[in-house]
Amino acid sequence: MAEASYPDDLLYHAEHDWARVDGEQATFGITWYAQDALGEVVFFDPPQVGAQVSKDQSYTEIESVKAVSDVIAPLSGEVIAVNDALSDKPETINEDPYGEGWLVRVRLSDPSEVDSLMDASSYEASLS
Amino acid sequence: MSTYTSVTPEDRRQMLAEIGVTSIEDLFAEIPAALRLDRPLALDAGLSEVEVFQELRALAARNVSTEDELSFLGAGMYDHYIPALVDSIIERSEFLTPYTPYQPEISQGGLQVMFEYQTAISELTGLPVSNASVYEGPSAVAAAGYIAKHTNSRTRFVVSRGVHPHARETLRTMSHGWGMEVVEAPLHDGATELPELDDTVSAVIIQQPNFLGAIEDVPALTAAAHDAGALAICSCDAHSLAILKPPGECGVDIAVGEGQPLGNRLDFGGPSFGFFATTEALIRRIPGRIAGETRDLDGRRGFVLTLQTREQHIRREKATSNICTAQALNALAGVIYLSWLGRRGFVELAELMLKRTAYARERLRAVDGVELVHEHPVFRELAVSLAAPVDRVVERCRRLGINPGLPLGRDYPEHEDALLVAITERRTREDIDRLAEALGGAVAAERPALQETHA
Amino acid sequence: MIAYTEDQPTIYERSKPGRRAFVAPALDVPDHEVSELVPAALLREHEAKLPEISEPELVRHYNRLSRRNFDLDSGFYPLGSCTMKHNPKLHERVAALPGNAALHPLQDPRRAQGALELMWRLQHALGEIAGLPHVSLQPSAGSHGELAGVLLTRAFHEDHGQQRTKVLTPDTAHGTNPATVTMAGYEVVKVGSDADGNVDLDDLRAKADEEVACLMLTNPSTLGLFDHGIDEIARIVHDVGATLYYDGANLNAIMGISRPGDMGFDIVHFNLHKTFTQPHGGGGPGAGPIAVSDRIEPYLPRPQVVRREETDGSCFYDLDYDRPKSIGRLRGFQGNYGVFVRSYAYIRSLGAEGLREVSETAVLNANYLMARLRREGVLQYLPAAYERLCMHEFVLCGTPMKRELKIRTLDLAKRLLDFGVHPPTVYFPLIVDEAMLVEPTETETKETLDRFAETLAAILREAQEDPEVARGAPYTTPVRRLDEAGAARKPVLRQPL
Repeated sequence: MAEASYPDDLLYHAEHDWARVDGEQATFGITWYAQDALGEVVFFDPPQVGAQVSKDQSYTEIESVKAVSDVIAPLSGEVIAVNDALSDKPETINEDPYGEGWLVRVRLSDPSEVDSLMDASSYEASLS
Repeated sequence: MSTYTSVTPEDRRQMLAEIGVTSIEDLFAEIPAALRLDRPLALDAGLSEVEVFQELRALAARNVSTEDELSFLGAGMYDHYIPALVDSIIERSEFLTPYTPYQPEISQGGLQVMFEYQTAISELTGLPVSNASVYEGPSAVAAAGYIAKHTNSRTRFVVSRGVHPHARETLRTMSHGWGMEVVEAPLHDGATELPELDDTVSAVIIQQPNFLGAIEDVPALTAAAHDAGALAICSCDAHSLAILKPPGECGVDIAVGEGQPLGNRLDFGGPSFGFFATTEALIRRIPGRIAGETRDLDGRRGFVLTLQTREQHIRREKATSNICTAQALNALAGVIYLSWLGRRGFVELAELMLKRTAYARERLRAVDGVELVHEHPVFRELAVSLAAPVDRVVERCRRLGINPGLPLGRDYPEHEDALLVAITERRTREDIDRLAEALGGAVAAERPALQETHA
Repeated sequence: MIAYTEDQPTIYERSKPGRRAFVAPALDVPDHEVSELVPAALLREHEAKLPEISEPELVRHYNRLSRRNFDLDSGFYPLGSCTMKHNPKLHERVAALPGNAALHPLQDPRRAQGALELMWRLQHALGEIAGLPHVSLQPSAGSHGELAGVLLTRAFHEDHGQQRTKVLTPDTAHGTNPATVTMAGYEVVKVGSDADGNVDLDDLRAKADEEVACLMLTNPSTLGLFDHGIDEIARIVHDVGATLYYDGANLNAIMGISRPGDMGFDIVHFNLHKTFTQPHGGGGPGAGPIAVSDRIEPYLPRPQVVRREETDGSCFYDLDYDRPKSIGRLRGFQGNYGVFVRSYAYIRSLGAEGLREVSETAVLNANYLMARLRREGVLQYLPAAYERLCMHEFVLCGTPMKRELKIRTLDLAKRLLDFGVHPPTVYFPLIVDEAMLVEPTETETKETLDRFAETLAAILREAQEDPEVARGAPYTTPVRRLDEAGAARKPVLRQPL
C-alpha cells in the first residue's frame, strides 16, 4: 500500500498494531507504519489456534528481507483463527495491512482493555 | 621492515595539512595520556621477507608431517590426495581475497559456488537443505544441538560414546551455557547402545562410522529417537556417503560432518569446514550463511545470501547462531574436490578405501598379538588392541618411519592398549603390509614386559 | 573491473554423463562385492548426482566464476568494520610448506615442535599487543572468540558461587555480540550511547547491577570513535563484580598506541582475518583468539599451548590438557593453525615499530579521507555522524542526501559498483540513520583515497541532475539488483537434479 492510512474504525496500539473489535472477538494486524518500516515481508509464522495472547506481549514475529519484528498483541485473549493465506503470500501484509493482511482473530478475555488503545487520529499524531 | 603501506613523508605532510593537524600524535589526542602505551611493544623488530621466510621454514622443518613418515593417523582428519586443481583455484585472488558477499552484484562467482556446494552437500546427505559451511565438525554437532533445543525446548541430549571425543566435549561446553544436560550412550562391542529415551530428550546424536570405525545401524537409532519425539542428529564421514545410505534416507533430521577430508589440507587441525544439512521443516533455523537463487531486474538468474534474518547481523539476540565469518574458501575447496571426483569417481574412491580397509583388517588381525576391538563392518578406519604397551609399540614403529595410528587409551580408557588405524587411498597394499610387519615385530619385542606385570 | 558478465551455467548444467576428471588408482588388494563388506540394508541405492566433468572444463568453470567477483587484490574495499587490508603474498608460501600443510593435528607433540612453538610465540605476541598475558588460539572466528569470552565469564562467576543472568552490550554493537550472549545463555541488555557516540555513563550506571555478568565493548567503537569514558566504564563494571569484554574488531586503530588490557578489559578477542591479514576467502576462514587477565586464566579452553622446562634446562612445547577449571573445548583439535602461520609471519615482518606504524597510518588514512570528502562537498549530504576526529573508520549519515537528492545510502552503494570500487558498509551501526561506515585501512595510497572522494562527489552531482540513475544502479556488473525478497519468500537453496 503506497499511501499511509489509518482507518477510523480501528483501535491502535503504540507498538504499531491494530485491533478491529467485534463484540467479544477482535481481529489483529500491523499498521501501515509497521509494514513500511519492515520493508517487503517474506515470512509470517502464525501462533497456534488455541494459543493465549496477552496485551502488550509479543505473540509472533514477522520477517522481511532486512529485519525481524515482534508483533505485539493489543488485547488479551485466545486465538480462534489465523490467516493461513499469508504463508503463501506474506506480501499481502504490505499490500493490504488492514484487510487481507490480517494476522489473527482472537476471543477477548478482558474487553475493557480496549480503553487503553488509541483511536486513529491519536495514533497518527503519535507517529510524528 | 615492510608494513605494506605507501605513505611517504611528503604524502604525510599533505595529508596532515588537509586534516588540519600538525602531527600524527594529534590524531590520537582523544586517547587519555594514562592509557597511552609509554614504551614500544615488547616484540622483536620487523624482518625482511627473506628473513621471515627462513624463520618460518626452520620452524616447519621441526614438524614431522605426512610427507616425512608413513602415517596411519586419522580420527577425524585424513591424509587424502588433494588434486593440484584445488590449489590453483583457491589461490586465485578473486576467491581468496574478497569479503563475505554482502554486495551480490559483484560477488556472483562466490555466491554461485556456494549454491553449487549446497547442492553437492544436499546430494551427499540426502537432505534438501544445506548451508554454505560452518567452522568444522565438532562445533557443527553443537550447533545442531542448539537447533534441537530451540525446536522442542527439551532439556537433555543423548550422545553416543562413538561420537568423536572433541565433538562430545564441545557439546558439553556449549550445553553448559544453554542449561542442557548431556548424557552419554555407551558403546557395546563397538556399536551404540541407546538407553531408554523419554520426553526430556531433545536430540540423539550419533556418528557414522563411529570413532572406533564401526558402521552403525543409523536407521534403527534414528527410529528410536523419533519414537521418543527427539531429533536425530548424525555426524557423517563425507566419503562414506558414497557407499552408505545417506542420513536423509535414514530419517536423520540434521546431518553434519567434518569437511577437511574433502579437498582440504591437514594444516595441524585447521582451517577446514563443517557441513550442515537438514530437512525443510528446519530451514528457518539453520545456522550460517545460505545462498539462494533469484532473478535480477532484467530477469537474469543470480544468487544472493538469503534467509539472512536468521543471522546475527539482523536478528542479533534472536539469531540461530552467531556465525559471521565461516569457512567459505575451505568449502570452495570441498566442492571443487567433489566436482573433480565426480559422480562415478566419488563412488570408485570410496570403494577403493572400503576394500583397502577390509584388507588392512584381515592383515592386522592375523598378526600375533593384535586383535580387532570389534567385529562391525568398517569403511576407512579400524581399531585394534595390542598385547603390548601401545606407547612402546608406537615408538618402535616410529623408528621404522611408520606412524601406526592414534593410541585410543586417553579418550577411551577401556581400550588402553589400542590403536585407531586410518586407511586412505594414499595407503597402498605395500604400505599396509609394512604396517602389519612393523606392528608384529614391535608387539613381539615389547610383549614380555606386559606379561611380567600380569604375573 | 569484472570480466565475465554473461551468465555462467552451474557445474551441474555443464555436466555430461560419462565425463570425468578423477581416475582411481588400480585395485591392489583382494576385490570384494561391496555387499559382502557392508550390510545391504545400510547401502546407498542411488548415486549422489555429483557433476560429471573433465578437468579442462572444471578449470574453465571456476576461472570464469572467479572473474565475476570483485576482490581486494583488484580494487579498493573500504568495508567498515572488516579491515580489508592487503593480504601479503609471502603468507601463502609459508602456509603451504609441507611441515605446516601436511601436519596431522594428532601428531605427537614431540614431533610437532615447530608448530607448537609458532603457536606459543603467536600467543605471546598477541598477549603483548593486547596487554593481557594469557592467550588461547582455539576460537575459529571473531564471533567464536566472543562466545569463548562469555563462557569464560560464566565460568568465572560460577567458580565464585554466583549465578548472574545478564550481559550488557552497547546499542552500537556488532550483531555478533547479542547473538553470542543468547547462545551463552544470558539475557541481552542494551546500553545507550550519548550524543558524542560514547557509552552513556548514566544509562550504564542505571543498568549495571549484580545480575550483570559482563559488559561487551569495542573501543574504538563501531562508530570509529575512542570512548573517552573508558576508565569510568571499567570502574562501574568492575565495581559490580562483572567482567569487561573487548571486541577486538577495531584493533587496527591502536596497536602499539594503547592496549585493551591497560584500559581495564578482562577478555579480548582478536580477528586474525581483520587486523592480521588472513585473507577473507569470500567469507572465511578466519580465527578469533582471545587474551585474558590473570583472574580469567584458569578457565581458558582446553588444550592450551604451553612451554615446559626439561630437567636439563632445555624446553619443549606441549598441549596442556590438565586444566581442571577450563570451560572445555569449543571445537576440534587446536584451532585454525593455517591462519596462525600467516598471522605470525605478519607480526614477524612488522615487528613492534611496524605494527604501530600500521595503526598510525590506518588512522591517518581515515581522517584524511574524511577531510577530502569534506573538501569535495560530500559531507554536505552525508555528514559525519559525529563531529570529531575519527580513528581508523568513520560513519556518515545519509539522511540529508535522502531528503535533498532523493537517493538513499543503498543507491549510492549500488552506483559505486559501476565505478569499480567496493562500497563501504551500509546500514550499520544501527543507531545512525542511513549509515555508511568507511574504513580505508593503512595499505591504500593517498591517490586511491582522492579518487574515491572524487567518485562519491561525482555520483552526488549526478543524483542532483537525475536521481533515477543511482536508483537503478548498478548497470555494468554481471547482474543488476536482485530480488532478495523473492529469494527469502520462496527459497531455492540448491539446484534440482
